[in-house]
Amino acid sequence: MTATIAGVDAAASTPTTAGPELPARRSGLSWAWLGLVPFSAYVLLFLAVPTVLAVGSGFFDGDGSFTWTNVAALGDPVVLNTFANSAWVSLLTAVVGAVVGALICYAMLGMNPQGAVRQTVDAAAGVLAQFGGVMLAFAFIATIGAQGVITVLLRDSFGFDMFENGMWLYEVPGLILPYIYFQVPLMVITFMPALAALKPQWSEANLTLGGTRLGFWTRVGIPVLAPSFLASLLLLFANAFSSYATAAALASQGSQIVPLQIRAALTSETVLGRENLAGALALGMIIIVGVVMALYSLIQRRAARWQS
Amino acid sequence: MNRLAPSRATRWIIGILVGAFFAIPLISTFLYTLRTADGGASFERWAALLDPAASATIKPIWTGLGNSLILALVTVVIVLLLLAPTMILVNLRFPRLRPIFEFTVLLPISIPAIVLVVGLTPLYLQIGRTLGTGTWTLAFAYGVTVLPFAYRSIQASIDAADLRTLSEAARSLGASWPVVVWKVLAPNLRQGLLSASLISIAVVLGEFTIASLLNRQVFQTAMVVVGKQDAYAPAIFTLLALLFCFLLLLIIGRAARGNRKATS
Repeated sequence: MTATIAGVDAAASTPTTAGPELPARRSGLSWAWLGLVPFSAYVLLFLAVPTVLAVGSGFFDGDGSFTWTNVAALGDPVVLNTFANSAWVSLLTAVVGAVVGALICYAMLGMNPQGAVRQTVDAAAGVLAQFGGVMLAFAFIATIGAQGVITVLLRDSFGFDMFENGMWLYEVPGLILPYIYFQVPLMVITFMPALAALKPQWSEANLTLGGTRLGFWTRVGIPVLAPSFLASLLLLFANAFSSYATAAALASQGSQIVPLQIRAALTSETVLGRENLAGALALGMIIIVGVVMALYSLIQRRAARWQS
Repeated sequence: MNRLAPSRATRWIIGILVGAFFAIPLISTFLYTLRTADGGASFERWAALLDPAASATIKPIWTGLGNSLILALVTVVIVLLLLAPTMILVNLRFPRLRPIFEFTVLLPISIPAIVLVVGLTPLYLQIGRTLGTGTWTLAFAYGVTVLPFAYRSIQASIDAADLRTLSEAARSLGASWPVVVWKVLAPNLRQGLLSASLISIAVVLGEFTIASLLNRQVFQTAMVVVGKQDAYAPAIFTLLALLFCFLLLLIIGRAARGNRKATS
C-alpha cells in the first residue's frame, strides 16, 4: 500500500509541468511535452545508448579506430560453431516446448480462467518461464547432477549410470532439459490466449453440419491456430537463443553457446586474438534475435485478426 | 459446456505426464536438501541457515539478498515515479504517441540482456566514476528490463479506467493537475501499479546476467558463488525464491481477477 502512495506522490509531479493554472487546454499542451523529457532521457541513456554501444563497438578496435576484423570474426569456424550450437539447442527446445506447451493449453481448455487450477498454472508458468534462470540450473544439478537425487536413484536401484559416457550436464546437451523446463511454461503463457479465443460455436456449427470432432480440429481448429503456434514457436526460439543465466550457472567456464562466448569475450581481454569481439558477437546475436522477433510480431498481428 | 474441451481422461493423462516432468526436479531438489552425510534425511541444512556459526559460507547469499531487495525497491521507485506518470501523460495528452511509446517500452523483450550488458559495461564505467560503484546503480539497468512487464500491468489498468473522463470531471470541479493525478487517477490505477511493482520485484530477484557481468553482488550471483563450495544452501534458497515468486504472481493474478469483477 505504501508503494502505491509513493507512486501517487510521484505521479503528481510530472503533469505539474503542464501548467496547472492555465485555463485553456491548448496553451497547456505546449508545456505538456516537458513531462515526457525525464522518461525519454532515461530510455535514451539506458536502452538506446547501451544497444548502440553494444552493436557499434564491434566495428572498432582497442584504440578506437574503425575496423572490420571483429565483424569478420563472425565467419571464424570457432564462432560459427557456437552459433550452430546455440541454434540447434534453441530450435530443439523451442519445438519440444511448443508442442508440450500447446498440449497443456489444450488440456486446460474449457476450464474456468478464474478457477484455482488456471490461476495456479498461470502463476507457476510465469515463475518458471521468466524468473527461473540460475535457480533452474541448481534444481537440475540437485536432480541429475553427479550426486543428484535421480542420478543416485538410477545408479543405486537400477544400476543405470546416466553419465557412463562422461558428464554431459555441463555441456551443450545438458542445456536441453533445463531449457525445456522454461520453454514449456513460456508456451503456455503465450499460446493460451489464442487457444482460449477459439469459439465453441464453431465446433457446434461443425457438429450440426455433420462434421466430426477430428474433422473440426484438422479443418478448422489447427489451420486457425497455426499462425499463433508458429509465432509462439519463434518467440521460444528467440527466448532460448538469448538465455544466459541457466547456461552460465551450469557451465562455469567455456563458451559452448553464443551468450557464453560473449561472457568469455567480456571477462578476458582477447578471444581468438581480437579485442571487442563481444561487440561483434552481440551484433550477430541481435541480428538473429531481431529477425526472429520481427517475424514473430508480423505473424502475431496476422494471427490476431480472427481473435477480436 | 465447452464442446472444444478435451475429455476428462485426456485432461488427466496430459496433466499427470507434464505435471511429473515439472514436479520431479522440484521434489528432487527438496530431497537433495534433506540429504545428510550418513545417507539419512533431516532438516539440519535448513536449520543451519539461521545458525550464525554454521552460516559463514552462506553469508554472501544474505548480503546478495539484501542488495537485491534494495535494487528491487529502487526499481519499483523508477516504475512508479517515472514510467507510470509518463504513461498517464501519454494516454491523456499524447494519444498519437502511443504506438511509438509502446514499441519503445516493449523493445527490451527483443534485446537479449547479454547484448545489453555489452553496451552497459562502458556506461557503468562512467557511472562508477560519478555515482560510485554501489550496487543500487544497477537499478537503472533493471528499470529497463522490467519496462515491458510493468508497462503491460499498468496499461491494463489504464485501459480499464476512463482516464480522460475522470480527469476532465475532476478538472471541471476545480482540481489542480497534481490533485487529479494523486487523488483521482492513481487510486483508479491502484491494481496496475501494484501488479507492476510486484512483477518488478520478481524480475529483480531473479536477475543474474547483468549483475554477474558487471561484477555486482546480488542474490543470484551470490548463489553461484556459494554453490561452488556448498551445493545444498543454493538448493534451499532456490526452492524458497521460486516459492516466493510463485506467491507474488498468484497475488497479481488474484488482484487482476478482483479488478475484472469490479469493472464488469
